[in-house]
Amino acid sequence: MAILTADTVAAKTPPRRRLLEDERWLALVLLLPTAILLGLFIAYPFFRGIILAVTNARVGVPGQFVGLENFQRLAGDPIFHRVVWNTVWYTAVTTVFKLGLGLWLALLLNRSFKGKAYVRAFILLPFIIPTVLSTFAWKWMFDPTFSVLNWLMYHLSIIDRRINWLGDGDLAMISIIIVNIWRGVPFFAISLLAGLQTISPDLNEAAAIDGAKPLQRFWYITWPLLLPVTMVVVLFSVIQTFADFQIVYVMTGGGPANATHLFATYAYQLGVGTGLLSQGAAVSLAMFPILFLIVVVQLLYIRRVEIR
Amino acid sequence: MAQVVLKQINKFYDSVHAVKDVNLTIHDKEFMVFVGPSGCGKTTTLRMVAGLEATSSGNILIGEQIVNDLPPMDRDIAMVFQNYALYPHMSVFDNMAFGLKMRKFDKAEIRQRVKQAADILGIEQLLDRKPRQLSGGQRQRVALGRAIVRNPQVFLFDEPLSNLDAKLRVQMRVELKKLHDRLGTTAIYVTHDQVEAMTLGDRVVVMRDGWVQQVGEPLELYNSPANKFVAGFIGSPAMNFCNVTVQDEAGELWLQNSGMRLRVPDGSAARLRSHVGREVTLGMRPEDLRVANSADPAGCCFDAVVEVVEQLGSEILLDVSVGNATMVAAVDPSLRTKVDEKLRLAVNPDRLHFFDVETEAAI
Amino acid sequence: MIEGAVWRRWVYFRLPLLLFILVLLFPFYWMLITSFRPDGELYRPWNAVNYNPFWTWKPTLAHVRYLLQETMFLKWLWNTMFIAIVSTVISLICGVFAGYALARLNFRFAGFLGTGIFITYLVPQTLLFIPLSEIIRNYRLGDTPWSLILTYPTFLIPFCTWLMMGYFKAIPKELEECARIDGASRWQAMLYIVVPVAVPGILSAGIFAFTLSWNEFIYALVFLSSPEQKTVPVGVVSELIRGDVFFWGPLMAGALLGSIPVALVYSFFVEHYVSGLTGSVKG
Repeated sequence: MAILTADTVAAKTPPRRRLLEDERWLALVLLLPTAILLGLFIAYPFFRGIILAVTNARVGVPGQFVGLENFQRLAGDPIFHRVVWNTVWYTAVTTVFKLGLGLWLALLLNRSFKGKAYVRAFILLPFIIPTVLSTFAWKWMFDPTFSVLNWLMYHLSIIDRRINWLGDGDLAMISIIIVNIWRGVPFFAISLLAGLQTISPDLNEAAAIDGAKPLQRFWYITWPLLLPVTMVVVLFSVIQTFADFQIVYVMTGGGPANATHLFATYAYQLGVGTGLLSQGAAVSLAMFPILFLIVVVQLLYIRRVEIR
Repeated sequence: MAQVVLKQINKFYDSVHAVKDVNLTIHDKEFMVFVGPSGCGKTTTLRMVAGLEATSSGNILIGEQIVNDLPPMDRDIAMVFQNYALYPHMSVFDNMAFGLKMRKFDKAEIRQRVKQAADILGIEQLLDRKPRQLSGGQRQRVALGRAIVRNPQVFLFDEPLSNLDAKLRVQMRVELKKLHDRLGTTAIYVTHDQVEAMTLGDRVVVMRDGWVQQVGEPLELYNSPANKFVAGFIGSPAMNFCNVTVQDEAGELWLQNSGMRLRVPDGSAARLRSHVGREVTLGMRPEDLRVANSADPAGCCFDAVVEVVEQLGSEILLDVSVGNATMVAAVDPSLRTKVDEKLRLAVNPDRLHFFDVETEAAI
Repeated sequence: MIEGAVWRRWVYFRLPLLLFILVLLFPFYWMLITSFRPDGELYRPWNAVNYNPFWTWKPTLAHVRYLLQETMFLKWLWNTMFIAIVSTVISLICGVFAGYALARLNFRFAGFLGTGIFITYLVPQTLLFIPLSEIIRNYRLGDTPWSLILTYPTFLIPFCTWLMMGYFKAIPKELEECARIDGASRWQAMLYIVVPVAVPGILSAGIFAFTLSWNEFIYALVFLSSPEQKTVPVGVVSELIRGDVFFWGPLMAGALLGSIPVALVYSFFVEHYVSGLTGSVKG
């Protein structure tokens, strides 16, 4: 009959090995480095940021608790109002164009043609190259005195006076929007292309036989099937654009006259430029509720689309 | 080489009771087959023996050891998976050597064992190839080889032939049997194919919904099924079932329904006495039905109308309607018949099976 | 499918595609040409006569020479490379481990942690840079490459984890189970079996992380101060602009030379990069 040989059983596996055999302990060990890094450098600063924002700290001067004073000041700060408007406008316009142009490019790339692999590799370059560096190229292109765009339009007889791209408030906003779209279209295009490639060509062919014209086919078949990928791409893009810093910092620094200041650049100017740490932190944190709202809304939408 | 004992094994997945009170002893060197439809708990039981799932209650013993708390690597078992599970980034040799390497065997010993296993399976020339360069049958052999080199106490097979095409499956079945005869290792084999169960098993366990329905040698399951499920599961084409009323006529028992009237042979009469006046389920295997001739007494025959004729060459499968029921009969291939023809069929009275209408247990 | 005449193909397909390619690649051409044009040509007003901005007949290496000799550009290149590689390696290791744990192991907080990691991916650096700069200073890491090497993984790890989860989920469970029956512990099965099979995923995550790391700016701007510690983007911005004067020649040369390493690495791994990018979106 069965002899209970518990001792022999236990002696076979050394204690540490047995511990790691347990899924839960192994998971703990595997997740520990990540948890430490993210805890130390995301969670901790986040809470420090909240604490900073409710003090009046400056560089070199630890502050005292002042409650919501910083936020109240922001609420009445005309520059901050401009910042909020700028950021929302910037994000909305660029996202719409990036989606439209990216989709168009993805549809163009969704055929087979010679050199497709090269084209696909090359058009990602704006997204790969460090933003600051490519933005400088644009800044040079937009420079009021030496702009090549001005040269081109002058010689095409579109204009006869120079366009002060970066010196005029509205034009400066248009400039940074253009650069952001330029940089983002490849990301949208490649992601949407991947989404398109998961849609079986049979569906479009069946619809064509059924009599649907290209635009109808797109609207009734391609677009709904593409929606999940689209929503995820838009979500990422919106977050990145909302928190954008590099393009504005290089192109305009926030000017002229705060016409292109975004949350990030204003926070930088306040916190690092003038040393008003707590006010800078408050501006940064002000991003969070709006971002959170956008994320939640989009995630819910994605969840609903996927269930459907 | 060892016996495997399952004592009161239960498995719960949250609230789902997947395996219910399984008690089984698999003898040393025995080839035990677990068979049943999808979801019956056979694979779960196998995985508990392997250590890939924990038991909710009960004990598993391999050899004389209780292995419940041992991780798979310490149980001295080997498993062959349905999808072969060959390591794609390693050569065939490394695939087979992996287990030995993990147990710190020395290189010479590894090489010798792998060569030996490769010889047995006829795959010596494949040792340097990668899995993606092999055909399905070759991959299956490598999977077997990987299990053999370890020389374990128990082999576990999880539907290993399901992914092979029909012809290859038959071939591999024969090879598996020869392999087992040669190596003599205790084996537990899971399949949903009753043909594999019948041909490979020394004994067969039929499972359904987590319960063990019957354990026994293949022929025993075929001739004396314990309930309607086992009767219908084993044997192809499946057994015909119809409900009949037991009638007593001057001491003799007769079975009556809308399409037939059969006499109960004396050997079975005793068992059916208590069911007089009530319905029982009658089971007849297609291969026990044949076209009646003049010598057959009336109590073993009934009329049928042909609905479909399937000529297989070795036999003809007739779909017939008997009263308002349909049946399948496997008859001699030389029969000339066509649809809508009326036939008279006879059944061997000793090959009648009876089941209780509610409990489905054999009477 | 564009049926019909050739002209339709040109108008609806070839022309738009060409326009896209032109617009997307022009700024790089502009970078290139500006780097090699002498100052005399560069600083001619836009409406001067006889002025062709698109080409030069007198290419010069003066700007490149200025860049390499008068600034610490090569040191910046080295810094950026070093930081990018080390951060990527750290993030890959953490990402592979975390991805495996979340994709393969059953434990109570799996869903919660998965969502947590996803959320940290959504927290932008511009939100954290001010309090983080204080923390960096407190840990005495300011103005060292380690301030970046330890903070870059905060946005690289979530991405790597997510990508690796997708790849791990696609590997059949039987491989690991078989390894464990063969005698491997869970740890050994992960290391010897699952990870090697997931190498394409690791490459994708690695190359994407590498480019993200080169692209980072605000942390580098805020945490580094001495010229010899700077990364390429920060160095180009701070050292090639004196007050209001932009040294466009060297600036463009810096932009060009700073872009080349990333572009080069990318060109060797385009397929992996694309699957990394699309993997993060489809997952």
